[in-house]
This record gives sequence, structure tokens and C-alpha cells, in this order.
Amino acid sequence: MNGSDVTISRVGKSFGSFAALDDVSLDIKKGEFFSLLGPSGCGKTTLLRILGGFEVPDEGTVAIDGVDVVGLSADKRRTNTVFQSYALFPHLSIFENVAFPLRLRKVPSKTLTSRVKDYLSLVQLEAHADKMPAQLSGGQKQRVAIARALINEPSVLLLDEPLSALDAKLRQHMLVELDSIHDKVGITFIYVTHDQGEALSVSDRIAVMNQGRVLQVGPPHEIYEDPATDFVARFIGETNLFRGEVVRSEGLLATVAIPEVGEVLVTTDDPVPALSQVSFAVRPEKIRIAAQKPAAARKDLNVVKGHVDEPIYSGFQTKFYVRTEKGVTFKVFKQHADYSDKGPEIKWKQEVFLSWSAEDGTLVEVARP
Amino acid sequence: MTARPTKGGALYALPNALWLTLFFLAPLLIIVAYSFMKKGLYGGVEPEFSLHAYALLANAGIVKVAFRTLLVALAATALTILVALPVGYNMARSKNQTLKLFLVIVPFWTNFLIRIYAWIAILGNEGTINGFLRSVGLVSDPIHLMYNQGAVILVLVYMYLPYAVLPLFSTMDKFDFILLDAARDLGAGKLESIVKVMLPNVRSGLVTAVLFTFIPIFGAYAVPLLVGGKDGYMLGNVIADQVMKVRDWPFASSISMVVTFVSTVGVLLFLARQKRPGISKEQAAALAAEAAVAAGGGR
Ligand SMILES: Nc1ncnc2c1ncn2[C@@H]1O[C@H](COP(=O)(O)OP(=O)(O)O)[C@@H](O)[C@H]1O
Ligand SMILES: [Mg+2]
Repeated sequence: MNGSDVTISRVGKSFGSFAALDDVSLDIKKGEFFSLLGPSGCGKTTLLRILGGFEVPDEGTVAIDGVDVVGLSADKRRTNTVFQSYALFPHLSIFENVAFPLRLRKVPSKTLTSRVKDYLSLVQLEAHADKMPAQLSGGQKQRVAIARALINEPSVLLLDEPLSALDAKLRQHMLVELDSIHDKVGITFIYVTHDQGEALSVSDRIAVMNQGRVLQVGPPHEIYEDPATDFVARFIGETNLFRGEVVRSEGLLATVAIPEVGEVLVTTDDPVPALSQVSFAVRPEKIRIAAQKPAAARKDLNVVKGHVDEPIYSGFQTKFYVRTEKGVTFKVFKQHADYSDKGPEIKWKQEVFLSWSAEDGTLVEVARP
Repeated sequence: MTARPTKGGALYALPNALWLTLFFLAPLLIIVAYSFMKKGLYGGVEPEFSLHAYALLANAGIVKVAFRTLLVALAATALTILVALPVGYNMARSKNQTLKLFLVIVPFWTNFLIRIYAWIAILGNEGTINGFLRSVGLVSDPIHLMYNQGAVILVLVYMYLPYAVLPLFSTMDKFDFILLDAARDLGAGKLESIVKVMLPNVRSGLVTAVLFTFIPIFGAYAVPLLVGGKDGYMLGNVIADQVMKVRDWPFASSISMVVTFVSTVGVLLFLARQKRPGISKEQAAALAAEAAVAAGGGR
């Protein structure tokens, strides 16, 4: 592995009185595809610029392979950046853009030509070497930026929302390509995005950020299934989130009283004592929707009655908004796994029963009494 | 379908054509004509063909002044650009652009001559600098800061700095400064990133700045007259002397022709070295200004 590990500890950065980053600590491993995910303005770019050597943190340290790099300018670091706006040099051809770092180091012209060709072929742009940046499409510019950032053989590649300017289809395609480039070069990728779908699909681990803080770090499934805060639960995917109080607790099974829903059973990782104030979440795809009340075969099945407010059919699934008797709305996704030509079984305004087992829900925030 | 020019097109161009003819072409033609005529007794010209005015050019004194003018103009232009580059850069990256732009323009509200006199008040034997040096006891006799080429270049740089700053600022303002970060990221030093990435991308502003300073400086008259003394004499002064003192209008005209010719050829050579074909509107305006300055004998 030729990547580096990156240790960010207690980094803080303010612009005037505004704290863009507040006590951020992250341990990024060699060769990892690590994402910084959060809404616009949460400090992702600022953190990336600190890693790249464009900003100096007010507090804390950044170490690459254990060496503190805070005092090093961008040109002295083994990091390279793919900028959000690509930042291709408009006066240089594609070839010269990619060759730029090598020319700075006065690499002999033979080596230079073959290296540039290698990297242009890595991003499948050999045929466009002589064009100017203005003649390329967004996706092509993006690839040039990647080739140019990789040709110096950095040990950490920093990518700032590299796909945000591309249309949805191309974005998906480039994402797969980025993943395969990551596999080929084997260095550490630190990938900034506000798109949870992107982050979930390519990352080894994700740090979810909001308002300059890191809220949770973990592999995609953990972030999705076990969000650490209400914000993470809402930001990643869609969810049904309620606040309530634990009324009974038997080992790892808690009963939560939620004013708008009633009593809900949920399994927990640790015992949660009664009277704890909690937030409870259940993902829409984990809820079954049926016209008949499910037979009470299992003791730990939660059942809620309601009416379909709005069904939204989208081919592979239908999204239902179901209003309960107490007036809250549940989101429920029903996958269409089997062929059907009968049309919808569940229609607008119909009475339905929602059910999910205790394991499918999760307690997000827990304040013990 | 391509749009066809409407019949009104020629009509709309008329004011422009009139303006150019009246203020640009006519004076130039008059000077061309005068340069081929005989000198009138008390100024003016005798309408009779003669190459005498051009023969007078082959004079060691004139050649010497011409070379000095070229050197002073080149040096002053180079210095002006060197100062204007960081100023323009700073303005383009500044959050207080309006204020800084205002500060660059403020000197224009004071008359050109008064600003030159202000320099005399600073550099003169009884001026601010000598006064200060004397009061701290560094010198007893004033040091001569005026009436030399250095003073001419200094004041010219001061006078024409805004003409270089403004076009540089306006192109740098459109420059995407992330490109400098990208250059640094790829291994360029601070200066290297500016030279290799910024300068090529603000070239049109740079070219305009060079033209806007070199051309008027080459035809400078008032600055060398007031702060230059004998050492600082430039072609503009020779022309003025020929018109006002010697009253040899054809000779003044032939020198003007030299100024026009040298600056036009210089500008064309300079533009030819820029790879991009054609010239921008700003540069065309500069060319027109050049001809006007040359024809008018500068100031
Ligand atoms: N140079 C700067 N000066 C002032 N404020 C800044 C600067 N850079 C970023 N900020 C502010 O810091 C916050 C975080 O910005 P940024 O890191 O770009 O967020 P993100 O990339 O997550 O959208 C934003 O509110 C932004 O306005
Ligand atoms: Mg950003």
C-alpha cells in the first residue's frame, strides 16, 4: 500500500467570529476511501483545505504518517487535490495540464511524455491530449483534474465534491470509475460530498459533519443503521423519527411511549433504563404495509393503524405516506420484488396496517435519567 | 440563417467615423503633410515639397535624444508594470475593491501639472526629502534628486501607474484564484504559480497595461520638461521647442513622425509576439490613443 494515514486531532478553525470547524478529530487509515459528508456550509471544504495546506488551523494538529504537516505549504505535502471547479489551467492543453507537475520538477521529456500518457489512459482521455480545457465536457474535465492530481503520485488524494457539477447519470458512472481508480492506485482518498448516496456507495468509512463538528464516524451500514444523532438519522436516507420515553426495560428490549404513536418495542445494544428520554427511528423500507391486520404471531411486532395519505409509484417501489389515527405521518417504502400486472393493491385513502419488528427500529439519542 | 446587416448600420457608424476623422486622422495627415514642406519664416509652413525636415533628423543630438527617449520609456514602462502587478493583484483579491479603486482614481482629480509640481516640492533642493535629511543632520548640502533621468523615470512611473493598474486589475479580477491553489498543490512555489499560471491568464490586461504606459511615456513632454533638466530631455521636448522656440514646424512634424513610427512599430512587434491573433478592443483603443498622443506631441 502506498497511501498514508492521516490523523486530525482537535482541529479548530474560525473565520472572524464564525467557527467553521470545532474540535474535529479523525483517524483516517492508509489506503482508505474516507468520506466527509455533511450539508453545505458545514466545514467540509475548510477541513479539506487544511489537509491540502491551503488553510492553517487555529487549533489542533494534522499529521500525515505521523508527521505534523501544519506548517507545510501545499507544494511541500504529499497530498493532491481535485478541486470542486476542476481548476484546470485554461491556457494549457490537456496534455500540458497533466504534465504541469512534472514540468515543475523538470522531468526529462521522454519520461514525461510516457507518464502523462499513462495517466491520461488511466482516465480514458488519451484521445483528447491536444484539446484545450474549454473544449471538454464536464465529465472529461473532471477526469483531467483527477489525472493531474494523481500524476505526482500523492499518498493522499483530496476530492472536493468532484461530481457535484455533473448530471445524475454521469455522476453515477464517474463514481464507479473513481472507485476503480482508488482500487488501482491504492492511496488514501478523502472525499468530500453533501450527497449521502455518493458517500454510502463508495466509502470505506464516512464522517458525518454538521456545523463544524463531526457527529459520527463509521462504515456506511453503521451510519445508516445506527445513526448516532437525530441529525445523522434524518440526513442519511429517509426515516421516521419520534421522541419518547422508555416506560419498561427488559434486558435489551425496551418499550418506548411515543405520544403520537403509542407504545413501541425496540431492541437496544445496551440496556436502557426506564424513564430515559430517547429518540426512536425506523426506516421506511423496514415497515411492512398491509390491508389486513397482521396475525399476532410474534410478540415483538409493532403494529400501527392508519390511512394512506398519498401513494407515490416509482416502478421499483411505491412510497406511501400513511397518516395514523393520532395524526402523525409515517413514510413507508414497499419494494415491488415480484412481477405484478394487477395494479396497486393498496390505494389512496385505504385503511392500512403498518408493522415492524422490535429489531428493525433503533434508539438514536438516549438521555438516561 | 445568418443575420444580415441592416441598412442603418452605416448610419450608426457615422458618429464614430466623424470622430476618428476629425480628431485622429486629420491631425495626423496635417503632420504628415507639414513634415514634407518648407519652414515658414515666423513659424507655419511654406506649401512647397521638401525633404529638408527629414534631413535634419540625421543629427547626432536628435539621435541621442531619440535613444534616450526609448531607454527612458522602456525603463519607466518596465518599472510601472512591476509596481502595477502586485497592486492589481492585491486589489483583485481585496474585499475593499471599491475603496482601492477609488484610491487609484483619486489622483486624476488633481491637475497633471500640479501633481508634477508636487514632486518638485518633494525632490527639490529645498524639498521635503532634503529638508528631512538636513533636519536629522545626515547632510549639510542638499543632494540633487531632481533634473536627472532618475527623477524623470520616477515621476513618469508615478504618473502612469493608474493606466497600468486599471487594466491589470480588471483582468485579474476575472481570474479564478483557485488556479493558484491548484498550481501550489501540484508543486509550484508562490512566485512560480504566479508566473506560470496567473500571468498567462491575465496576458490581455498585461498587454493593455504595457501599451497604455509605453505609448504616452514615449511621447512625454511635461514631466521631462519640469523635472528632467538637460539630462532628461526627451523627444517630446524637442518637438515642443521646435514648434514654440525655433518655429520650425516641418522639423517638429518629422520628429513627430519618428515618434509615431517607432511607437507604432514597437507596438506591432510587441503584439505580434503575443500568440493570440488579433487585438482586443482595449488594445485598439490604446493604438488610437498612441497615434493621438504622437500627433498631439504628448504632454
Ligand atoms: N475564507 C473564508 N472566509 C470567511 N468564511 C469562510 C471562508 N471559508 C469558509 N467560510 C465559511 O465557513 C463555513 C464552512 O465553509 P465550507 O468549509 O466551505 O463548507 P462546505 O464545504 O461544507 O460547504 C461556511 O459558512 C463559509 O461561509
Ligand atoms: Mg464545499
